[in-house]
Amino acid sequence: MKSTSEIGAVAVAPAKAGYRSMLENVLPVLVALAIAAVVGDVLILTFGESPANVYSLLVEGTWGNFYGIGQVLYKATTLTFTGLAFALASRAGLFNVGAESQLAMGGFAAALMGYLLPASVPGVIAVVLCVCAAAAGGSAVAAVPGALRARFGASEVIVTIMLNFVVLALLNWLVSSHFHVIETLHTLPINSGRVSRLADMFLAFRGSAANWTMLLAIAAALISTWFLFRTRAGYELRVVGLQPDAAEYGGVSVPRVLFSTMALSGALAGIGGVNFVLGYKGYYEEGFAGGAGFLGIAVALVGRNHPIGIVFAALLFATLSQGGLAVNALVPKQLTDILTAVVILAVAMSVPEVQRQIRLSTARALAMLQTSTSRAEGKT
Amino acid sequence: MSMMDHGTAMRTAVSTADAVRLQGIAKLFGSVVANRDASLSVATGEIHALVGENGAGKSTLMRVLAGMYAPDQGTLHVNGRDVTGWSTPDAIAAGVGMVHQHFMLVPTLTVAENIILGLEPLNGLRVDMTRAIAEVKALSAKSGLQVDPSTLVADLTVGEAQRVEILKALYRGARILILDEPTAVLSPPEVRDLWTVLRTLRENGGTVILITHKLDEVIAVSDTITVMRAGMTVSRFATAGTTPRDIARAMVGRDVRLALDAVATSACVRVSGVAPATRVAGLTVRSDRGTVAVNNLSFEIAPGEILGIAGVEGNGQTELLEAIAGLRRPVSGSVFLGERDMTAMAVRERADAGLSHIPEDRHRRGLVLEFSIADNLILGRQHHFSSMRGLDGERIARNAAAQIQAFDIRPPIASLPARALSGGNQQKIVIAREMGRPFTVLLAAQPTRGVDVGAIEFIHEQLRKARSEGKGILLVSADLPEVIALSDRVAVMYGGRFVVVMAAGDATSERLGPYMTGAAA
Repeated sequence: MKSTSEIGAVAVAPAKAGYRSMLENVLPVLVALAIAAVVGDVLILTFGESPANVYSLLVEGTWGNFYGIGQVLYKATTLTFTGLAFALASRAGLFNVGAESQLAMGGFAAALMGYLLPASVPGVIAVVLCVCAAAAGGSAVAAVPGALRARFGASEVIVTIMLNFVVLALLNWLVSSHFHVIETLHTLPINSGRVSRLADMFLAFRGSAANWTMLLAIAAALISTWFLFRTRAGYELRVVGLQPDAAEYGGVSVPRVLFSTMALSGALAGIGGVNFVLGYKGYYEEGFAGGAGFLGIAVALVGRNHPIGIVFAALLFATLSQGGLAVNALVPKQLTDILTAVVILAVAMSVPEVQRQIRLSTARALAMLQTSTSRAEGKT
Repeated sequence: MSMMDHGTAMRTAVSTADAVRLQGIAKLFGSVVANRDASLSVATGEIHALVGENGAGKSTLMRVLAGMYAPDQGTLHVNGRDVTGWSTPDAIAAGVGMVHQHFMLVPTLTVAENIILGLEPLNGLRVDMTRAIAEVKALSAKSGLQVDPSTLVADLTVGEAQRVEILKALYRGARILILDEPTAVLSPPEVRDLWTVLRTLRENGGTVILITHKLDEVIAVSDTITVMRAGMTVSRFATAGTTPRDIARAMVGRDVRLALDAVATSACVRVSGVAPATRVAGLTVRSDRGTVAVNNLSFEIAPGEILGIAGVEGNGQTELLEAIAGLRRPVSGSVFLGERDMTAMAVRERADAGLSHIPEDRHRRGLVLEFSIADNLILGRQHHFSSMRGLDGERIARNAAAQIQAFDIRPPIASLPARALSGGNQQKIVIAREMGRPFTVLLAAQPTRGVDVGAIEFIHEQLRKARSEGKGILLVSADLPEVIALSDRVAVMYGGRFVVVMAAGDATSERLGPYMTGAAA
């Protein structure tokens, strides 16, 4: 009797635990979205508009037509990369606030590579080289705070924030004094390495910036998931983030993990620059990052630092961003900025509380399970 | 004086003059029980010692009194008023002040500025520093706590900083002063000064509660003693007429099963002339603070032998084990595993060479609480479960299923996070991981701390089984009967050295006690 009950418990458990962690991660976000919707209602009412009208306009302008979908996908692509960059660092206990400048450097490196490569280089090879350049560029920027943290324990928060200013100013100087096209703030267009747009294949997407970089973003999310949860390096990275002392005890070199994680995080942010440079404009332009690096922090927060969650969170924030333009006729487009902020605040607040509630009920269920098991054992 | 049933003791001691009366206090942190059924009454104008081993729940109980934690059960009376679940500001307003083990001072401010912080005497909008300094000086003279009010706290010695902490509490009008392990950081003359101050406070009608685990201090300064064990208050003595032995017995508790085991231990036969399982030669290790924690220490452990280290915590045990495990670089000396010099090896190489380590703090080092049981069971061995294609999930699951069964980890659900398990079952994960694989030497630090009785028995069985299989085991435990019962030889560590090593058959608490306090050497 005892053995059957144990087999039952072991067999049932994995599915149940997976469901529980799903619940713990998804439910708080849904609660936060509900809160944001209510706040949005109130705001819309203060403008004398009907919330139903505004929301339907928001959906129509984003997911209601191919151009809108294309724009959302384009914005979500960059946000996925910066979100992944933040999440990966965060899993190792690092707070990478430097995705903005890592993204910019990545874009610049891709543009430079694309410009230097002759047009005769086959497209695939050129794209691969440009992506590698973007990764190297972002990685180089992030490696500085990574090394300082690993070697001297310098706070990566401070260093990444300060490096944002340094790197953005450096790029600004490079572009304006060496690489720019006269009377603009962008570089010469790339000769080789363009990523084709969705519109090239599906005419319906005409006018939107959506391009195949988004497949790269999805691949990056899948590879990150595999890396974090299915490889030894990912295992060690997570131990370092959760309990550095346990990592040390488990034979992990904590400084090495901190450094390589920062470098990897920067590489992910850097590849985000490909979306704009190779997929959209074909050149690096001053200020193209436009806050996508910082918004990546929110994307990672809402995506619960899980690569797959981040893809959905990126789509959510991209929708809000694009939706702002759509609802502009009825309410100021800043409304969606406020909604974005409310989502972030609501997630930050609801996560601990909702998780606490879930854990309490699980603990109760577990206690009941244990007492009933021990009773059953007592009978045998 | 003999031990009393604490229930009757508490009832007889309750009177209207009690400054503090805690009854049936329970405090849980998640699944960890810090206090249960803890009761304490402290008369006005006495120095009351709250003693017990590390982890007995003394600090938690006092934090409940100081309003830092709300109790999950029980009531709290101060000066006859029911104040159950009050907050820190309430406690301060009612004259309850706590001086913590770790000082809470602003190093860049002066002594006077620290003391008046939050209660600054004002002159218009400005802080009246002249008055502040005068007030602090007056308080200092009255209490006998000598310290210059205009010195920066950063420039003070530890003893002086502690005086500032006490002055801070007194400045806030504390009439009931709680001191958490105040002598841990003090030199003997500073300790004597502190006693004088506490006696002065008592003469002025103040009440002092002193948390400590040092018996000589208890005898030296207290009027009444309450002993805690495993979260409970177990007995209460009047200090006059009580011997350190009485208190020690109450602190450690007598476990009949353990006493019987001691007999079985001496029957263990060992072959002499065999190469040692591990050897430590001239090892010197520094603590985090830079002091010499392990002082030129040498010893050997034979295969099939348990060497137990007894001693008051903080005498170098932690640093010794960390140095052997490769977590702390020694200043000098070497560590051998069998014939191999492993002084320069990394943690992982040592593990692969056959060193297992049950760390003293499973929540900090031994486990990743958010990780599943299965993932925790490969910590430190993750490289054996990995290939080019990543971690081998199937082997990790098989390993988990086998270990869960072999070590009876409950509930037997491999995907459950370690956090959800009881202390005993969490420890079983560590034991399973470290002992469920090939090894020749085991470092077992506090293997049964915070573990329920059933699991203690199981862990002891595992240690004995490993010994009979010829493993060399270094056991460090704060539980003296455990050390005596399990070990073949007992060493007492004091000030970074083994002051005595004796056969377990000859070791008793009475014989080891003087060595542990440094009284004998």
